[in-house]
Amino acid sequence: MDVVAKAWTWLATGSHWAGPDGVWHRLGQHLFLTFVCLAISCAVALPIAVALGHIGRGGALAVNISNAGRAVPTFAVLVLLLLSPLGTHGQWPTIIALVLFAIPPLLTNAYVGVHEADREVVEAARGMGMTGAQLIRRVELPLAFPLIMTGVRTAAVQVVATATLAALPGGGGLGRIITAGFRLTDTPQVVAGAVLVASLALVVEGVFVLLGLVLDPMRRRTGRGPTAARRPPADQAPASPALTT
Amino acid sequence: MADGNCLISNEWICGEYVRTRGQELTDATLEHVGITLASVAIGLLVAFPLALLARRWRPVAGPVLGLTTILYTVPSLAMFSLLLPVFGVSAAVVITGLVLYSLTILVRNIMAGLASVPEEAREAARGMGYGPLRLLFGVELPLALPALMAGLRITTVSTVSLTTVGAIIGYGGLGNLIYEGMRSFFKAEVLTASVLCVALAVVADLLLLGLQRLLTPWARKSRKGTT
Repeated sequence: MDVVAKAWTWLATGSHWAGPDGVWHRLGQHLFLTFVCLAISCAVALPIAVALGHIGRGGALAVNISNAGRAVPTFAVLVLLLLSPLGTHGQWPTIIALVLFAIPPLLTNAYVGVHEADREVVEAARGMGMTGAQLIRRVELPLAFPLIMTGVRTAAVQVVATATLAALPGGGGLGRIITAGFRLTDTPQVVAGAVLVASLALVVEGVFVLLGLVLDPMRRRTGRGPTAARRPPADQAPASPALTT
Repeated sequence: MADGNCLISNEWICGEYVRTRGQELTDATLEHVGITLASVAIGLLVAFPLALLARRWRPVAGPVLGLTTILYTVPSLAMFSLLLPVFGVSAAVVITGLVLYSLTILVRNIMAGLASVPEEAREAARGMGYGPLRLLFGVELPLALPALMAGLRITTVSTVSLTTVGAIIGYGGLGNLIYEGMRSFFKAEVLTASVLCVALAVVADLLLLGLQRLLTPWARKSRKGTT
């Protein structure tokens, strides 16, 4: 196809990668936004989710937030924030939207992970005289780690996707290459931008899959032992609210 | 509040806007519903054979699930942009993109539903002389319905919300109004379209929940069956 060849040429042209509208600068903006927003959302959502999971309350809240996150269009929130009084404060509308949409997967997965941590192990740990804090740190968190990481991964992919959409109301990031292509009716540029965005999303997903495997505190102790089998199966969709925008 | 002035003072909530642009709102809502319905229906039609295929030939299951997961990772703006050269500027771009997204959850949930059918039920049906097709549609599918419907609800709700991004090529239903309102800083248009969009998602979800209750009357008493 002609467009594919032209998109390739677009990507191979050095001048498209340099300057304030170039790929490197846009990629930098995208990664910066992703990193900052993911960090903020983790700092907000994970402590709440772990605390709720530990005391076993608020399950309905976790599920409802995740459902609401699915029903509310990211694009609408981005535009609403832009038109609100916050809209004049530079990047803040984008950052707030990104954080809002990263929180549901983090909250739900971490809650489920801690709440569903093997009750027998938790009881045994309590019987050994562990305090609440010790229980969270040494038992529930390690057991919940795979699901927490699933949440972080989903949130990261979500942030990358939402940051792309932020280009529509004029935010930075790789999405700008796509929207600029649309404005110039330059389909090869649109496709080239889309390839860049899709690659970034896949790389981010891949990096977090690897991080999850490498950092798993249970990995060395049990390998593929019984704990692995006890993880909730990924098939049961309610617990894995992966979503893209 | 003087209704006539809210258009001029650009307020968020404006009855005058709804009254004067009623037709535009209706058209956008209908387009939104149409795109969503088409996407979810085609998604189901594609996902069902895929799930059956993946169940029959185990080696296919891994690649099918892997590929749909990868598709799900692609951001929507990029997905629509990548499909643009294939279909040109048309609703097909948005619908195809949404179908590809819907496959992830639909295939998974249909497979999970079929896997949850008790072997005894299958044996009993075979003993009664059910052929493979009748077994599938008469026994397995009804028993897999709770999981299937759960997947369908998730898919429908996210499809309603993702349709808005179709505005980039002018086929986004209510998203078109949001896009237009964004460019002209028209607050009432953006808010009204956004609220309608969320309402659409909620209504669709409730309708599907009702449908599920109707289709699985046996699950009403003991709620353990619902996934």
